[in-house]
Amino acid sequence: MSAPLIEMRGITKTFGALKANEAVDLSVAPGEILGLLGENGAGKTTLMNVLFGAYAPDAGEILIQGRPVRITSSADALAAGIGMVHQHFHLAPRLTVLENLLIGIPGKSGRIDRTGGLARLAEISSQHGLTLDPDLPVSALSVGEQQRLEIVKALFRGARLLILDEPTAVLAPSEVEGLFSALRSMAAQGLGIIFISHKLNEVRALTHRCTVLRHGRVAGRVDDPANTTSAAMAQLMCGHEIVPPARGPSVPGAGVLTLDGISTSRHSGTALRDVSLAVRAGEILGIAGVSGNGQRALAEVISGVRAPDAGRMTIAGQTVSRFSPREVQALGLGRIPEDRMTTGLVTNLPLADSMVLPRIGTSAFSARGLLKPDAIRAFAEEQIKAYDIRCPGPMTRAGALSGGNLQKALLARELAFDPKVLIVSQPTRGLDIGAARFIHEKFLDMRAKGCGIIVIGEDMEELLVLCDRIAVMYEGRIAGTLDSADATVARLGLLMTGAEGHG
Amino acid sequence: MSAVFEQIFQVGFLAAIIRIATPLAFATLGEMFSERAGVLNLGIEGIMLLCAMTGFTATSLSGSLWLGVLVAVLTGMLMGALHALFTVALGLSQHVCGIGVTLFSSGLAYFLYRLIFGQQSVPPSIKGFQTLPIPVLSDIPVLGPAVFNQFALVYMAIIAIPLAAFVLYRTPWGLSVRMVGENPRAADSAGVSVIATRFQAVILGGALMGLAGAFLSMAQFNAFTFGVVSGRGWVAIALVVFGRWDPWRSAGAALLFAFVDALQLRMQASGLGHIPYEAFLMLPFIFTIVAMAVMSRNAVAPSALLKPFRREER
Repeated sequence: MSAPLIEMRGITKTFGALKANEAVDLSVAPGEILGLLGENGAGKTTLMNVLFGAYAPDAGEILIQGRPVRITSSADALAAGIGMVHQHFHLAPRLTVLENLLIGIPGKSGRIDRTGGLARLAEISSQHGLTLDPDLPVSALSVGEQQRLEIVKALFRGARLLILDEPTAVLAPSEVEGLFSALRSMAAQGLGIIFISHKLNEVRALTHRCTVLRHGRVAGRVDDPANTTSAAMAQLMCGHEIVPPARGPSVPGAGVLTLDGISTSRHSGTALRDVSLAVRAGEILGIAGVSGNGQRALAEVISGVRAPDAGRMTIAGQTVSRFSPREVQALGLGRIPEDRMTTGLVTNLPLADSMVLPRIGTSAFSARGLLKPDAIRAFAEEQIKAYDIRCPGPMTRAGALSGGNLQKALLARELAFDPKVLIVSQPTRGLDIGAARFIHEKFLDMRAKGCGIIVIGEDMEELLVLCDRIAVMYEGRIAGTLDSADATVARLGLLMTGAEGHG
Repeated sequence: MSAVFEQIFQVGFLAAIIRIATPLAFATLGEMFSERAGVLNLGIEGIMLLCAMTGFTATSLSGSLWLGVLVAVLTGMLMGALHALFTVALGLSQHVCGIGVTLFSSGLAYFLYRLIFGQQSVPPSIKGFQTLPIPVLSDIPVLGPAVFNQFALVYMAIIAIPLAAFVLYRTPWGLSVRMVGENPRAADSAGVSVIATRFQAVILGGALMGLAGAFLSMAQFNAFTFGVVSGRGWVAIALVVFGRWDPWRSAGAALLFAFVDALQLRMQASGLGHIPYEAFLMLPFIFTIVAMAVMSRNAVAPSALLKPFRREER
């Protein structure tokens, strides 16, 4: 292979006592797609931030085509030909596609160079099949198109190395293929690409070579990802073997949650249209779909946050009448919301308070209008021990915990009360393999105990491993329900785009 | 009806609207640049007052009107830089700092004025700007004498409106201003300095506020009094919202306000003597409140307004 396009040698970066990166070597050749793997906290993001100029490394050097360079700002990185597509897009929603491309680009005789910009956009679009309407405001673009714009933006600035931080997390399966073909086309023209992902199947399908980080160090390299098993790569990431949880045969009992013809008005997001579902005791039902197809409304109705306009819902045989969170909880519903930080916990309160919040009015935690601080503390301490939640103590500010530990806390909060049915949204989003594994095991334990579980998720692989049945939502309807034995990513993907109609 | 109609379309009335609108247009454009970059400048009221004072003083001491204007503009830029230092460089609360800048500037204006001019029974005055008819154009019936027989600063305001729109929408710097006001992180990752762009926009805003102050003490009243600004700065903040952060609409809002203000002046003079004149004084402000309530419902402020920008550090 030719000389490396970019080479990082002995990069070390510490934050206080934490060694985020230690003597990391990494190189990308022109035309190469490098996978960068690692669990959360392994140092991938820090390493890329060093490369993109956000952090100055404590030691080590960066070479571009053999010449050492100093990168101290994103402007330096851009000038050196490095472009980055962040997980959270760096776009101004109210400005147009073209304006977002032209930001920071010197004009022509004092004016914005519109014609030049249009020509360059057309050229990049046709080269890699990345078409965009230049005059549309970014707010009118889909998430996939916004990502396309971020890629075009990097190329627009003459990037020769493109860093993509978990780019597929926000895409539907059909969009992923489009992204991959664009990336392959760029690589074929001699660009270098660093692809950061947790999803081993994608890494195996796309990349030419992988560097795996663990605890800030290079844990290993994979020279032939296509012919390396996911298990072997997972082992490099975690340092030990990862066995996927075994899901025994399902022995479902009576229905614990039924929805019958539920419809909602278009209050916020997509409305539900005539949704009927049933979850039985001892069963895990997955809800798949591209985000924005009514999953949020469904979760809100089931959790009692929003009342439907039509339809009936029962929990453990009892009809829900008033749709309040307290009512559905009293009937036996446990809920783990989609966003841990905003609707899950109160980040500025102590962890213990957040852990009892949904049941603050029950006799376990308060009496005669006064809280029982000792009981609250004792409960939190007990759960911290039982779920191995890593934190200094129950009075720690909840926001200070890592994502995995927060998710464990939320799980502990619900499972401590033996719900008859549990609804969770995106249970392992942003968690690493170890933490995700722990969450999955807990779900399977609950299933064995006869709890009915609904998992709303976007990660097909996860749903296929975890669920007994998978229902697919499309535009507020249930587009189809598959037994997971018959389901494949491809079949689910078809349903998710509405292609198979209402089956 | 026809009497009212005649009154409205009198040349004098139209000229009054233009004159009243001029300081508002400067102030509104200044506030708009600042807010488009993400910085609310509540210092505007005090900055205008201080600039009116420094401009007046410079002219009074030197005899040169344009030197006075220059001093007022430089004063505005300096106070803009002060506000930016607190809110952009140090990332402090824009509300608190803005009020602070207004209180400080007002106090400073009173203090310096007393220090320089002492306590006088008749406030000193200057020979202010005189009307400057533009040949040919000022001969157009009605419009000519109303628009083209005005002070030089009025012409500057008229030119400033399209110029502001051009700078904001057509130049790379204007795009940077809009971007740092919408998503500073995006601008930063594109290699645009958020801090520098915001400083520049707030300082440019201060310069325009300086012109507004200069107009009041050197063209409209030809003297400095403590009530020379009397809420015009606060009105400009409302007009920016009313004008949806757009130069043309903001200037239009200033004209509309000026129309109502000129109208109430006429009504005061028109012999509706049994109504206290204060009732008429309220009209433009009532109009502003109602217009704001109606128009700003679907107005969307720059996303990053009020949000200080700091590079992410662990």
